Formats: sequence, structure tokens, C-alpha cells
Amino acid sequence: MKIVVLVKQVPDSGEERTLRADDKTVDRDAATKRMNELDEHAIEEALKLAEANGGEVTLLTMGPGDATDTIRKALSMGPDKAVHVSDDALHGSCAIATSKVLAAALGKLEWDLVLCGAESTDGGVQALPHMLAERLGVGAVTGARKVTVEGATVTVERQTDEGYEVLQTEGPAIVSVWDTINEPRYPSFKLIMAAKKKPVESFALADLGVSADEVGLANATSQVLEFAPKPPRQAGVKITDEGEGGAKLVEYLASEKFV
Amino acid sequence: MTCARVDSGVEVMGHMMKVERFLPSEEAEALLGLTREIADGELAPRASDFEARGEFPREVLRTLGQAGLLGLPYPEEHGGGGQPYEVYLQVLEELAYRWLTMAEAVSVHGLACYPVAAFGSDEQRKRFLPEFLGGELLGAYCLSEPQGGSDAASLAAKAVKDGDEYVVDGVKAWITHAGVADFYNIFCRTGVPGPKGISCLVADADNPGIQPQRRERTMGLTGSPVAQIVFDGARVPADRLVGGEGIGFTIAMSALDSGRLGIAACAVGLSQAALDYAVSYAKDRDQFGQPIIGFQGVGFMLADMATKVSAARATTLAAARLRDAGRPYSMQAAQAKLFATDTAMQVATDAVQILGGYGYVADHPVERWMREAKLLQIVEGTNQIQRMVISRNLARG
Ligand SMILES: Cc1cc2nc3c(=O)[nH]c(=O)nc-3n(C[C@H](O)[C@H](O)[C@H](O)COP(=O)(O)OP(=O)(O)OC[C@H]3O[C@@H](n4cnc5c(N)ncnc54)[C@H](O)[C@@H]3O)c2cc1C
Repeated sequence: MKIVVLVKQVPDSGEERTLRADDKTVDRDAATKRMNELDEHAIEEALKLAEANGGEVTLLTMGPGDATDTIRKALSMGPDKAVHVSDDALHGSCAIATSKVLAAALGKLEWDLVLCGAESTDGGVQALPHMLAERLGVGAVTGARKVTVEGATVTVERQTDEGYEVLQTEGPAIVSVWDTINEPRYPSFKLIMAAKKKPVESFALADLGVSADEVGLANATSQVLEFAPKPPRQAGVKITDEGEGGAKLVEYLASEKFV
Repeated sequence: MTCARVDSGVEVMGHMMKVERFLPSEEAEALLGLTREIADGELAPRASDFEARGEFPREVLRTLGQAGLLGLPYPEEHGGGGQPYEVYLQVLEELAYRWLTMAEAVSVHGLACYPVAAFGSDEQRKRFLPEFLGGELLGAYCLSEPQGGSDAASLAAKAVKDGDEYVVDGVKAWITHAGVADFYNIFCRTGVPGPKGISCLVADADNPGIQPQRRERTMGLTGSPVAQIVFDGARVPADRLVGGEGIGFTIAMSALDSGRLGIAACAVGLSQAALDYAVSYAKDRDQFGQPIIGFQGVGFMLADMATKVSAARATTLAAARLRDAGRPYSMQAAQAKLFATDTAMQVATDAVQILGGYGYVADHPVERWMREAKLLQIVEGTNQIQRMVISRNLARG
């Protein structure tokens, strides 16, 4: 079984992040760069499936040159190889253009299953798996908290607000996962060393047959017009208990729709 | 609501280890990065809970094993990490910074692998080391006895050959990992009284003659199980004898030279944690209208603590580099153990002082660190014994 995992380098969501003043794109240098958290879960699931069924795991990332750090880090969890799509023209690409590029890259690879995180912490669009499926003419089952593969049949438990739904499709397919699906492994010392020697193939736009005027900020289908820093934290509400503190607490929680 | 309790107003959360390291290779950088990632993710958040409950974190140790951290200083051909001691000790230090019980567990396991690795036959190394170093198994080292810890050469547990087995009888005391270990090194008497009659056996834990007793109620490292072990006619195959009859004491002392460096590194990590915590606190805690770090009485105390921690690290790593270069390092290891563990005791005690009343309660970790530091002055040769080793070396030289 051949699995491709989509991996994205993002600014750490635990730190203060911002957009760039000049072109209003994500400021990738504002915070520590790291692998999108959910992608770690996608890699873990891919490794588990490959361990159970035999097979190969390839990482696919689109990102600037320094995304190699994330690729090495991701490889040190255990995948066999990686493909890095990088081109200056890609800066500021919208989700639709990104899906075009990734679909082209997937067209050059052999796979039975594509796994990815349900969203990225910088974009949060959640639409990429569907766009890819549409372009590639395969099924997309998204938001999984469990994946099983039997022969060509892919079954997932799709997490919903109320519980879960069971969805099934015939492979090849694209599956996106939430963090409830598994607990990602740590790399091991030996795998870190081995990761340095694993093959990483680079593609530029020209290699994928995508032209520069189909991607990038200038051709984006969506645009950030304006942004403002989030308002500073308000001082907390203090409730003094003079006999009816409990009632006041509930009143406050209800007013904020917590209860 | 009325507050039942007002705290110092100082929260010392997630203080970061600020140590500049000079590592010998890119590989070592990557290893230290991995260690920090796991230590921050798995050790730091659990330490105080597990210690309060007295629970041994066997699963967390397995995570360290899977990451390859349980066999670092041993050769790659036998499944180890092939790392110099200089690097291995810095890994221990990072672990001890977050949770001493875990660092000590890694160090004791390393000690337990030593006899086979350094004195075992080729056949024994091939047979045992891949499992010992693989990360799943945990070892223990049984030298001390109830009637004799410092005077190890007087040990009484005996092993008598019976066909192709040894039959072991006696009592070992203070055995770290008693009851949770998968294999035990047993130092026992096979011949004449004194150091020349001692041998080393390595036995599997699932032996009906090996009977761990009730856990000791220790002052610190309450997560780490320590107990006596009764050997009651324990039958150990004769091919489990390491290095031949009568050289057990040589093995034990050689293992302790290495083990002491591990304890020194644990002490450096603990000291650094106490120092960093005390500095953060002293910067945030106001008295008389200013942060207490500004009072010379506190600032100079911190300065002395910081200086000692740096010196302890330097002494420990200098001894490790001698070992890595294949030179004699026994005296230097004793010096490192002595200095680093005395430093840990001092620094942890001073950290409690700097937190004042808040240092004395379990809401902050410094009182626990103070209790933990004490152990390091006792194990693997008390600090009196280290001075004995050093002075004998001086007398000989
Ligand atoms: C929590 C814990 C874990 C341990 N883990 C292990 C383990 O895994 N394996 C193991 O084999 N042992 C272990 N030990 C035992 C430890 O190594 C011994 O406790 C230590 O060596 C001291 O021996 P003792 O307790 O018998 O003290 P004693 O030897 O009786 O010493 C008592 C005091 O006399 C001093 N003293 C003794 N001889 C001299 C001398 N010649 N000159 C000056 N002073 C002297 C000592 O320094 C000490 O202060 C552990 C101990 C503890 C507390």
C-alpha cells in the first residue's frame, strides 16, 4: 500500500502570530516554524497503516525552501521519503491554487491513499482535501477519528459535533484526520539520523506543468483586505460572594453562553 | 467570592533551561533536541504527580526506550546509540532537569548493562545486549546488602555451583527497580572472603528464587521503587556468569566509575532546575517594594549557586572526556560525583531558602528537589567513600 501524507510548515499556533504589513499574507517569520500539528496525526496513521499492511509512506509538502526543516522532522517519525514543491511564484497562493499544485504533484506520484490533517493552523480552510479529490477524481472522506483499510475499501469514522458518522469509499481516496485519531509517536534517535539520508525530491512549478500565472498572491481567488490585532485581554470579572455568589456565577456563565 | 488563600503572587511556570552546550557533533545536537522534546512533553508534566503518588512511570520509561535513550553509551553493533559519555551525560542532565526519578532510572539501567557490555564474552554480548539496550527491558544492579553498603567487598550473598547452574542465597538491600526490573546483576560470593571471592551473575527477573520485598518508604524519589531482594535458592544458569569467577569486585568497581558520572550528571540537572526556579522566583517576588533578587543577600546567593552549577557541569564533562579518550578517569569520576552532588544539595537547599515559606510547601517543586538531592550524596558510593577514592589516588600518585 502506497500512502502519501500532506505536510505543511506553519507558524507555531502557541505563539503570537500575525500577517505581513506589506502584502497581508501570513508572516511566516513571526513565530517559530513547525509542522502543522494535525499533520503529525496523519503521519502516525499512515505509519500504522503501512506497518499493518506493508507499504510505503511518502511526504508531500508545498512551501518555501526552509520547509526542509519540517520535512526532516517529519521524516524522523518514520516515513520513507519526501517530495518538496517549492517555487518563489507560489508565495501568497490561495487554497484553490494550492490544490492545483498539490494535485499536479500527486499526479506524479503513485499512491493508494492520501492522508492529511483536517486543517492547518494558519489557514484553517478545511477545504483542501475536497478540492484535491475533485481535481483527481477520487473520493474524499474527511474529518476522521478512525480509519480502516480493507482491500480497496476505506472506511472512516467521521467526527461530528454530535458523535460520528461511518463513511466508506473505494480507494484511491483522500482522508483527512483530527487529533482524536491517534497519539503521534516521538521520533527515535536512530530515525533522526536515518532521516538525514532519506531521499527528498524537489519540484518547481515548471516540473509540474503549472504556470506561474495560475498561482501566487496576484492570482489568488481570495484576498485579505484588512486586518487588525486582536483586542487586548479584558480584565476578568470578579464576583464577590455575599450570599448569592453562586447565582451570580451562573448568571455570568449564561450571559456568555457557557452554560 | 472570598479567597481562602493568597499565594506569593509569583507563578514560576515552564521555566526554560538556559545552558549553553558545546556538543561534539550534529548527531549530538539532534539527540539533545529529541531529549528536550520528550522531556518537556512527557516528563515535566508528570513529575510532581507521580512523585506525590509514589508511582513508578514504567510506560514513560518505555517511551524513552523507544526513542533510543536507554542504550546511548553502548556500541551501535549491539543496539546501543554509540554515543560518547560526554553526550550521554548531557542527555541525563536534561532528563534530571525535568524529573530525577527518570534520569536515575536511565542511569541505573545503564549501570546494569555495563557488566555484560564491558566484561561479558562475545557470545554473551550478542545474546543479551540487543535486548538490554533495545528500550523494552529495564535492569537493576544488586551490590549493597543490609549489613554492608560502603564496604561492598564484605558482601555475604553466596552462589554455589550445582551442575550447570549457580544457586544463589542471601539478601540484597536498597535495590533500585526491585520488582519492576526485567533483569538483575547479582554480585555474590563464589570463593574466598574479601574482594577476590566475588562474582557477577546476570539473571532474569522471572525466577522464583528472586523475591523482591516491600518497597522502602524513601524520603525522595518516591516514584522510584527501592527494596530489599531475598535470593532464596535462586537457580541461575552458569552461562550467566559474567567475566569468570572471582572478578566480580573488579566489575562492580569499574561499573561504579561509569555510574558515578551518571549520578554526577543527574546532580547537575537537578541543580540547574533549582537554580533556574530560584532565579525566576527572585525576579518576580517583591518585598520592600522591589524584586528580592535586587537584595545583595539574595543576589549573591544566586551568584554562588550559578557558579557552583557551572563548575559541577564542567568537572563532570571533563571526567567524561577522559573516559571517552580511553584514559584513566576513576579519580576524576569520584571528584565529579562528590562535587556535583554536594552542589545539588547546597543549591536545592538555597533554592528553598530563596522561596522562603513558599519553598517549604509542596506547591513549588523546590522542597522535593531538596529531598531528592540528598540521595545523590549517598548512592553509588557515599561522598565519604568518594573522598576515600580520591585520597587513595593521591597517595598512590
Ligand atoms: C534510594 C536508594 C537507592 C539505592 N540503589 C541501590 C542500587 O540500585 N544498588 C545497590 O547496590 N545499592 C543501592 N543503594 C545503596 C547505596 O549504594 C548505599 O546505601 C551506600 O553505598 C551506603 O551504604 P550503607 O547504606 O550501608 O551505609 P554505610 O556503609 O553503613 O555508611 C554509613 C555512614 O558511614 C560512612 N562511612 C562508611 N565507611 C566509611 C569510611 N571508610 N570512611 C568514612 N566514612 C565511612 C558513610 O559515608 C555513611 O555516612 C541505594 C540506596 C538508596 C538509599
